[in-house]
Amino acid sequence: MASFKPTKIQVYPKLGEKVTQDTLYWKNYKAPVQIKEFGAVTNIDFSPVAPHNYAVTAFTRIHIYGPFSQEPVKSFTRFKDTAYCGRFRSDGQLLVAGCEDSVVRLFDVSGKVALRMFKGHTKAVRVTDFTSDRYHILTGSDDYTCRLWDIPNSTELTSYQEHTDYIRCGITSKLNRDLFITGSYDHTLKLFDARVNKSVMTMDHGQPVESLLLYPSEGLLVSAGGRYVKVWDLLKGGQPLVSLKNHHKTVTCLCLSSNGQRLLSASLDRHVKVYNTTNYKVVHNFDYAASILSLGLAPDDESIVVGMTNGILSIKHRKSSEETKEISGQQKRRPAYRVFVKGKNYVPKQDDYLVSKPVKQHLAKYDKQLKRFNVSKALDTALETWTRFRKPEITVAVIKELDRRGTLKNALAGRDERGLSQLLNFLVGNLVDPRFAPVLVPATEMILDIYQSVIGQSPVVDVQLQRLQDLLEREIGYQQDLLEVLGMLDTMAKMNTSPLTPHPPT
Amino acid sequence: MVEHGDIRVVHRGGSKINFREPVLSHDSRLLLCASGECVKVFSSSTEECVHDLQGHTDLVTGVLLNPSNHLQAYSCSADGTVRLWDFTDGILIKVQLHCHHVSVQPLSVSVFVYLLMCMCVTLTRLLSSSQGEYIASAKGLHLEVYFFKKQKSYRFSLKEDNKKGAKNTFTCLSCHPKDDCIATGHEDGKIRLWRNFNHKREYTYSTLHWHHSAVSSVRFTPEGTNLLSGGVESVLVQWRYNQETQKDFLPRLGAAITHIAVSPDGELFCTAHSDNKLTVIQSCVKVSAVIQGLVKGESVRTDLMVDPRSKALVLNGKPGHLQFYSLQRDKQLYNLDIVQQEYIHESGLQQFEVVKAAFDTRGNWLATVEERKQKDSTLELNLKLWAYDEQTQSFVLNTTVSGPHEARITAMCFCHTADSQTTMLVSASQDGHFKAWQLESNHYFYEGPFWSCDFVGAYHSLVPECCCFSADGSLLAISFQEVVTVWSPASWELLTTLSQPPGAIRDLCFGRQSCSKYLLGTTAKNLLCCWNLLTCTLEWSTSMDVSLLLSDPLSENMAAFCSHAGLFVFKPSEPRPLFSHKAICSGKVTRAVFAPREEMLESCEESSQWLNRSQLYFLTQYMDLMTFITKAEEDRLMASSKRLVIDDSVAVTPFYLLLGKHRQQQQEKQDRSFSAERNQLPQGSVAIKELLHTPAHVLPSASFLCSMFVRSLLISVTDKEKKSEEEEMESDKEEESECEMEASTMGQGQTAEAQETAAPALTKAQARELRRVKKLDHSWLSSLLDS
Repeated sequence: MASFKPTKIQVYPKLGEKVTQDTLYWKNYKAPVQIKEFGAVTNIDFSPVAPHNYAVTAFTRIHIYGPFSQEPVKSFTRFKDTAYCGRFRSDGQLLVAGCEDSVVRLFDVSGKVALRMFKGHTKAVRVTDFTSDRYHILTGSDDYTCRLWDIPNSTELTSYQEHTDYIRCGITSKLNRDLFITGSYDHTLKLFDARVNKSVMTMDHGQPVESLLLYPSEGLLVSAGGRYVKVWDLLKGGQPLVSLKNHHKTVTCLCLSSNGQRLLSASLDRHVKVYNTTNYKVVHNFDYAASILSLGLAPDDESIVVGMTNGILSIKHRKSSEETKEISGQQKRRPAYRVFVKGKNYVPKQDDYLVSKPVKQHLAKYDKQLKRFNVSKALDTALETWTRFRKPEITVAVIKELDRRGTLKNALAGRDERGLSQLLNFLVGNLVDPRFAPVLVPATEMILDIYQSVIGQSPVVDVQLQRLQDLLEREIGYQQDLLEVLGMLDTMAKMNTSPLTPHPPT
Repeated sequence: MVEHGDIRVVHRGGSKINFREPVLSHDSRLLLCASGECVKVFSSSTEECVHDLQGHTDLVTGVLLNPSNHLQAYSCSADGTVRLWDFTDGILIKVQLHCHHVSVQPLSVSVFVYLLMCMCVTLTRLLSSSQGEYIASAKGLHLEVYFFKKQKSYRFSLKEDNKKGAKNTFTCLSCHPKDDCIATGHEDGKIRLWRNFNHKREYTYSTLHWHHSAVSSVRFTPEGTNLLSGGVESVLVQWRYNQETQKDFLPRLGAAITHIAVSPDGELFCTAHSDNKLTVIQSCVKVSAVIQGLVKGESVRTDLMVDPRSKALVLNGKPGHLQFYSLQRDKQLYNLDIVQQEYIHESGLQQFEVVKAAFDTRGNWLATVEERKQKDSTLELNLKLWAYDEQTQSFVLNTTVSGPHEARITAMCFCHTADSQTTMLVSASQDGHFKAWQLESNHYFYEGPFWSCDFVGAYHSLVPECCCFSADGSLLAISFQEVVTVWSPASWELLTTLSQPPGAIRDLCFGRQSCSKYLLGTTAKNLLCCWNLLTCTLEWSTSMDVSLLLSDPLSENMAAFCSHAGLFVFKPSEPRPLFSHKAICSGKVTRAVFAPREEMLESCEESSQWLNRSQLYFLTQYMDLMTFITKAEEDRLMASSKRLVIDDSVAVTPFYLLLGKHRQQQQEKQDRSFSAERNQLPQGSVAIKELLHTPAHVLPSASFLCSMFVRSLLISVTDKEKKSEEEEMESDKEEESECEMEASTMGQGQTAEAQETAAPALTKAQARELRRVKKLDHSWLSSLLDS
């Protein structure tokens, strides 16, 4: 005895977004954890040493979060005004931060009070960073200057006053202790060498520069400003390499994925875009709720942290491999362990003969009705609200199956006002879908035939029928237009091709 | 024309087993059914055919157990004879000749009634009660009951139609074995239980209604507790007698039930189905075995094909299925569900039908086309590609293309290269296009390889009719009505066009092997053309009404069937046909196929050489599967079938096959290892054989023989030792030869057999000992054997 063969639901290929390796990789994050900060989150910096805590600079505070904590493990609150740019030293022991009150503060990560205060700037300090030898600090300020400070004796070493507008971003070289780059609102990027007292290279970004990034090899420099992200080749004397314009608002932050293969840019347009660094094509896109000011990526891309203007910090953690599997394998409630453990852990021996248990066939609701030849009920189940809206292909497949069985008319007939309007509603929604039209058009004709006599008796049904009529008229109009366009295209194509490839003689 | 006396057209299996009601033996172990010109005896537990009772020369029309001996069965046939068989051993006992044309179904319990029935040719259904008091028959709208004692018959009639339009025509009937009750089935699906019918007027009947269309069979169980009924719905319904509201169902039996039989002990039921199937059902309404013959519908929509892997014949079977039928074993191997939809058993419903199928050269891919055409809606077409799965040993659906073309597909073929990396499928359709489909490995959406359209071609908006790949796959020929176009599948360039008006091309075929430069085609205007593709000219053409043209994949030979059933086998390069035969069957040959042989035949006769590598099977208009057979082969087959009858009295179970195979292998091994010494040592095995076959009471006491015998069964000595002993053996030879003489007198058949089942070798000493024992007893033993 063969078992009942369930109705075949046609699988239609998904149109639109292509699924690539990148999509799979970047989609493999859990639902974001959101933490409310006191003000706009202006900077996020990951500690270079494990466990990779990160410092979040928001309003007058810097919070340090652990990789999985939702509460700050540490916070620095001794700022008189808005804090900026809290950054870790390469050993993860010290943290430097600028402030609206022009004082640069250096903290021990385990302490609370500032170890050193560097005073000298006259306006808000927006940029701070450690040099690669770990003994100096670079700062950039709204007073157009950038300075180098010595940590042990907290003195100013050099001051450069080459920019003509606010300095809002800067980065030190990780390979050379004397090199650093600053970006300013005067549209320029300047590469300084501490051994000489002026800049050695100047690049014009064309827009106020918001963020800078050096590749690990430090041959390439990425700058963001306005809607543009630009890549510069430093080894070729600062030649522009690529200019990317994928955001529609100012790009505020740049980040490199851990293997250096992908570049991430965050913007005020609420998007984070992921670029392939070989061809600079956008491979993925994240959406966020508000304009993004800062972006951080944990080592190995374990988590993506995004700070927004509304003070929300959003953290996405990567799914572990087991979790990915579990989600796909649908968690189900299991019977109690003590009742069902018997024989569960028994492993058959090699020469044991396995007697397979008969597999019970689970049928969908509509299939159960179809099995019993309850055609009307089968259609009713297929027209349930969820199925009708979320999986119209199921409803269509059931209608098709009923048609194949020659009982569609019976199933459609004998419906009350509610049932009929539900059916018509479904038809209005899906009739012109080219995937469903071949099935639904005959069914619609059948409905109109059956219910011809009751037209005008119920206002609800009449409204639906009116909608159906409008829909068909519109569709016919579209088809006409399309055919006209097709005709035009055909003539044009013929005109183009005919002189090149003459038809073979008949 | 030359007459070829040694090549004959024969029926080749696939006959109907559902033609008449099957019969279950008393012990429920065996199942007898009429199958073409023979009666087949199946084992009801293993589904294997145990015996083929051959002897009738025409269609067998009925089988019946002998009521006086439950190991015997009668069979009647359209040749006018009734034969009595011992069906457990497969021996014909008696032949009775009748002048009447015997065509009714014998179902009664006494031979007397049976003879009576032979004369009642016109009745549709006949049954008698168990006590033999009356006999009931139904025809049209009348039920007639004849009482033997009273010698009176009563006739009960029904109105043709009732108010609701139900048809009351009788379709079947069954008598209750104990009560006076007759159950009748009707055209409208009702079952009526007639009681009190020994009165002309006061008869009563009650009605049971479950079936929605005609009831084709009703049957009471031997105890009379249950009533079984079945019909088009393919559901076996079990009604409780006197509690008719309680029913048991066995749904989805696969096809309409045509007959129901119950074993005499009531343990097993057997249903025959319209798709040439017998189902054995336990009395707890559970299917225990299915015996499936070759399914033959009204026509074969797909061509006949041979699966390159299993060498099985493939054609469409049950609706929506492809069947794989083993030609050697005359058994259906399996059904492949192509449509994968619940089949609705209702007449007049348009269902999906498999219309085209094609295999690639290695049998890795199967392409099928299914279509469904409703009266006033669009044609539904599906192209499915199936990949062979090594693990499950069957085909698994890989790609479904819904609506591959806008109109019917006229032809479909795979590219026939053995070593090509990419597999290609070409389908031609009535919408004027042909499409090439290719296997693609990577796609962002689908996992694993899948098929996609590679090229769409057309030629002057003509309809492509046939397509064919050349043997090396470098050329594709497609016929567009009167024009043959030749394309290069590598670049999809139109290379050349060939045309030979008048008449549209009907069939197209490339030559094989040495004749691969030829392209052959037949036209509607009775022309067989052969083009040479090197010169692109017509090589030759002849006026011939060819209905079917096909090429042998293993040789250069081509076969052309004429519309009046003539056959020509020829090579495209030679003017004379290799073989020709007039009127191979009545009517037209619709489908044919060359099936490769398992082992090559060595026939040196010129006329039958074309049958050496492959065998030609064809289907006649009446759906008979026929083949050509040479005389030598026929003789061999006869011999093997005889041996089968003698040897195999046991059912061929899988277990038996396993053991048998194992034994055969052992035997082969022995044969190989002993091929040199075989002549020197047959005596030992003969001795053992004799020992085993001699009745126990004439042998010396078991204690005397035992130790020696057991020792003889020990593992034989190694070859080296044997060689050292060879000299000794030589000396013994004379002594042995005497023995040989004696053994040969005992009966040649035995020695021949004994040699084949060579027992393990004996050591020299043991053999001698054994021989001595044998010599002692020999005088009386031989006399016993001779008697």
